[in-house]
Amino acid sequence: MKIKEIQDEIVEEFSHFEDWKEKYEYLIELGNSIELIDKQNKIDSNLIKGCQSKLWLYAELQNDKIIYTADSEAIITKGIAAILLRVFSNQTAKDILNSDIKYIEAIGLKEHLSPTRANGLVSMIRQIKYYALALNTN
Amino acid sequence: MSFDINKIRSDFPILKRKINGSSFIYFDNAATSQKPNIVIDSISDYYKNYNSNIHRGVHTISQEATDAYENARAKVQKHFNVLNSHEIIFTSGTTHSINLVANGFQDLLCDKDEIIISGLEHHSNIVPWQMMSEKNGAKIKIIPINENGELDMKIYDNILNSRTKLVFVNHVSNALGIINPIKTIIEKAHKVNAAVLIDGAQACAHFKTDLQELNADFYTTSAHKLCGPTGIGMLYGKEKWLKKLPPYQGGGEMISDVTFEKTTYAELPHKFEAGTPNVSGAIAFGVALDYLNGIGFENICEYESSLLKYATEKLKLVPNLKIYGESKNKTSVISFNIEGIHAYDIGALLDKFGIAVRTGQHCAQPIMDHFGISGTVRVSLSFYNTKKEIDSLYNSLKQTISMLS
Repeated sequence: MKIKEIQDEIVEEFSHFEDWKEKYEYLIELGNSIELIDKQNKIDSNLIKGCQSKLWLYAELQNDKIIYTADSEAIITKGIAAILLRVFSNQTAKDILNSDIKYIEAIGLKEHLSPTRANGLVSMIRQIKYYALALNTN
Repeated sequence: MSFDINKIRSDFPILKRKINGSSFIYFDNAATSQKPNIVIDSISDYYKNYNSNIHRGVHTISQEATDAYENARAKVQKHFNVLNSHEIIFTSGTTHSINLVANGFQDLLCDKDEIIISGLEHHSNIVPWQMMSEKNGAKIKIIPINENGELDMKIYDNILNSRTKLVFVNHVSNALGIINPIKTIIEKAHKVNAAVLIDGAQACAHFKTDLQELNADFYTTSAHKLCGPTGIGMLYGKEKWLKKLPPYQGGGEMISDVTFEKTTYAELPHKFEAGTPNVSGAIAFGVALDYLNGIGFENICEYESSLLKYATEKLKLVPNLKIYGESKNKTSVISFNIEGIHAYDIGALLDKFGIAVRTGQHCAQPIMDHFGISGTVRVSLSFYNTKKEIDSLYNSLKQTISMLS
């Protein structure tokens, strides 16, 4: 599926939640089922800076698609990482670099985009794009 | 003086807010305090009616502003029972105050000297000294903490010696709420002719300190921790020390005479107050002290102790909850973790319930390293919090844990 299609799918899923509890329960569920980073890649150099809980991100090129894996000490952070990975993993570098993240605001998780030190989400998005830039085969 | 919690709460407009449809419960007072109307109004009153640069003008409002600024200094002097008003320097806060002193000692110490820092310090009372030590070679020694988060005074006795020149300790730990035995620390330091700087940022909102009786060489605090605005604080220094230290910032106000050949500096306190000060901030600082003294610190202390007791008992009912720094001598701060759950997750979900707590390392990484943890959830209570709010915390925490398990 293309990035925009996945984003629209996620926005549609989140529109069914009646209150924040349902949304966060889902986020926690996602966090517990994220594509976990390989143990050997769960190292300091793969840590995302600017996060209160440790957050690791790893990327590798498979054919022309970038596969992202991640992990975090905090479940909510993992859940948000899972939403990002669902959109950006298994896509081409070009598509990743051309995409936006408006869907995060559309699903009501905009507060996680604020540049405080607490969640590193902004840094993670930046790192996803850096990886795409580095692994861009075009 | 009676303590009327409802009247007090009505003084704080922000407490009426709703967060996510829930009542706003503010338990992050160690980070910053909320402000009563009288403090907020004093700032707008200043800008509406007599805003002016101070000390130099000959016109009416300049005189009014100058009087108000110096009256604020007198209020701070009286509150802390300081002998001379010129021993009170207005700064932008505790961090500025500590950097001012560290800068001052840069050329007064050398690599034969030692300085002692407590293991409970906030980074603002560690980093300036490390920066100073990099320049002058003074050796840093640490007072370690025990499993209760208290300073190990036996080791303090061992590391204190004739080469010790400075000792730095906070009056109250921001991360754990522990009140340190600073009177003893000061007495012992003075026996070896070492000077002591006490970081009072976390103490002044909770109890009054008589600085003449305490006999510290330097004492710092920030107004925003005690119902005052941000951007203003004070450095108390004994006259002999403030005369010895060179100016920190150069500019207007802090000079006596300026020529391109030579400039001489102003007397205390102006020597350390370069540039246009935070006039409204200083005035509001004084108003905040008046407000708190109007309630009475004995009342504040007694009420906060009862809140601390109640909150500690309630939190101990939560399974797998560990409190760090359980000391009999504490302010109303509780730092805790729940086994198997990251502090950030707890804080993020409590926020959804309308409850503001602080999570993380609290700018005190050495303490976190000591306990082998990445951070804690910190609940810091103030005299405008209630037992009902603590009940809400307990209930929300149970629901939070259930969601995360």
